[in-house]
Amino acid sequence: MSHRAAAPQPRLKLTWKERVAIWRDSDLWLSFKASPVAIMSTAVTLLIVIAAIFADVLAPQDAFDPVALNLLDGFAHPMERGAGSNMLFVMGSDEQGRDIFSALFYGTRLSLLVGVASVIFSMVLGIGLGLLAGYLGGKIEMLIMRVADIQLSFPAILIALLIFGVARGLIPPQQYETTAVFVIIIAIGLSNWAQYARTVRASTLVERNKEYVQAARLMGISGFGIMARHVLPNVMGPVLVIATINLALAIIEEATLSFLGVGLPITQPSLGTLIRSGQKFLLSGEWWILFFPAMMLVILALAINLLGDWLRDALNPKLR
Amino acid sequence: MLAYLLRSLTQATLVMLAVAFIAFSMFRYVGDPVASIVGQDATLKDRQELAESLGLNDPFPLQFARFLGNAVQGDFGVSYRQGRPVADLLIERLPATIELAVLSAIVALGLGLVLGIYAALNRKGVIANIVMSLSLIGVSLPTFLIGIGLIFLFSVYLRWLPSFGRGDVVAFGWWTTGLLTDSGRKSLIMPVITLGFFQLTLIMRLVRAEMLEVMRTEYIKFARARGLSDGSVHFRHALRNAMVPVITITGLQLGSIIAFAIVTETVFNWPGLGALFVRSVEVVDIPVMAAYLMFVGLVFVVVNLIVDMLYFLVDPRLRGGATVPAR
Repeated sequence: MSHRAAAPQPRLKLTWKERVAIWRDSDLWLSFKASPVAIMSTAVTLLIVIAAIFADVLAPQDAFDPVALNLLDGFAHPMERGAGSNMLFVMGSDEQGRDIFSALFYGTRLSLLVGVASVIFSMVLGIGLGLLAGYLGGKIEMLIMRVADIQLSFPAILIALLIFGVARGLIPPQQYETTAVFVIIIAIGLSNWAQYARTVRASTLVERNKEYVQAARLMGISGFGIMARHVLPNVMGPVLVIATINLALAIIEEATLSFLGVGLPITQPSLGTLIRSGQKFLLSGEWWILFFPAMMLVILALAINLLGDWLRDALNPKLR
Repeated sequence: MLAYLLRSLTQATLVMLAVAFIAFSMFRYVGDPVASIVGQDATLKDRQELAESLGLNDPFPLQFARFLGNAVQGDFGVSYRQGRPVADLLIERLPATIELAVLSAIVALGLGLVLGIYAALNRKGVIANIVMSLSLIGVSLPTFLIGIGLIFLFSVYLRWLPSFGRGDVVAFGWWTTGLLTDSGRKSLIMPVITLGFFQLTLIMRLVRAEMLEVMRTEYIKFARARGLSDGSVHFRHALRNAMVPVITITGLQLGSIIAFAIVTETVFNWPGLGALFVRSVEVVDIPVMAAYLMFVGLVFVVVNLIVDMLYFLVDPRLRGGATVPAR
């Protein structure tokens, strides 16, 4: 970028330093600095994200490679050394001698991956349809909003289950395992787009008649260009809030689906799958196999939820 | 009133038709209805004859109409996996789900109203604050974890309550109930709490917020200035106006209790519709999935209709004009 900055015409692009300066002066940053809850939840979320990204390096055991497991280590209590490998199991081990602490890294990674991917999927779909509905109006708007209304009155988990079931019917059984992650991302993504579409449409209806949009139209910019470059940036605030809160919901939704046994298979376990496999040992007293994944899920969802709550208040002009 | 009623009914019918259309599309195009009935060694001719006799070669609108006609008469085809009529499967499991859902709804609504009003009237009180903080946890805890937590505490640790099933049930014709036996009542406690908890926290927070909003208005100040008693101000003046949004949201939430029962029933091995649905998704039993979708759609539409009617009882302004309240 820097070699362009020397060009004679007035530059519209800002340097990084200028961007940081603007950011540090913004209301958002000030409200962030003043909120201990926001700082805490950001720190926790970041910590979990880093742990998930570097799972391969950080986890003491390659928990889902059968070669790395030692059956003699099975059912080690938390803070106990395994009978086979003499490895310390901070959070205990399951029946195959799998280190729960290591399994958490991999499980969290998959939970986050599915959550983020499905939120992006529903965000892109919802924003696109919302912009179309708001900008074009007419029959297209009516159709899109009607579908959104109907879908919003059913719980997301039910819709995701249905989509999952339909996908199962269309995909041959031998490919269940390889396609499971994609199927679940699409199922959760499709079950959550309506909220974005509603919000974006409402904001678009407001923005559409403002002077800057009329000016852009007079300049001969196409409808698509106006939507993408002028209307979209102005409706992103509420969308970001929904996306953050939806991330927590999507992670819980995935965990619920996997817990019900219709999500990710045991060979690619998410936190929900780990909880499901831990449930059968709960009645016999091996509580740690279920407890730690469950705690992880709750902490992750709570941190993201609190972050979303703060963001909603910070971006709400009424509360400033 | 009549115009309003008609409009609500038309909308309900349209939604039901849309749901039926989706159910039919699943039924007809996901998986192969013929292959699921005949064995692997059926000849091509057998298959064609069966397709013809099932009407699979008829034009699409005709097939859809036939599907609708059958569904109205309670015929949803035969389960691919269990080989029994889907309608029989549903009816067998309906009482378990209805009992669970209705009890949860009563608990959520009753406790939610009481706690919400209490928290609003004693905003600074210690108990109110504890209840509010607890409800925040309730909103972020996944339902299935609440169920597992209860099982661990009351079944594994304290050994007070059974961890799965309905216990002994008493049958009245096709209806079964667990309310009349000791083990049946004990089995109900944890599933009811699990299913109702989320709704309870939601209703409570909503009632509190609406009450606080109304308590700030001028007419409440005026009522106080007139020297009316606290009870009269709180319940005859404030609560009534706080109820309009509460009814909307609560109505929609109570509908979703049926759907949330999917998770609760799986956790507690409850022999209801939700568990049947999860099982059918797992094994791709399309007729059961389609029928369940129709059932849930019907519940939602009926609940919505009732909510629309309730507006008339609560909001006298509606009885004059035909304006539909904004949602």
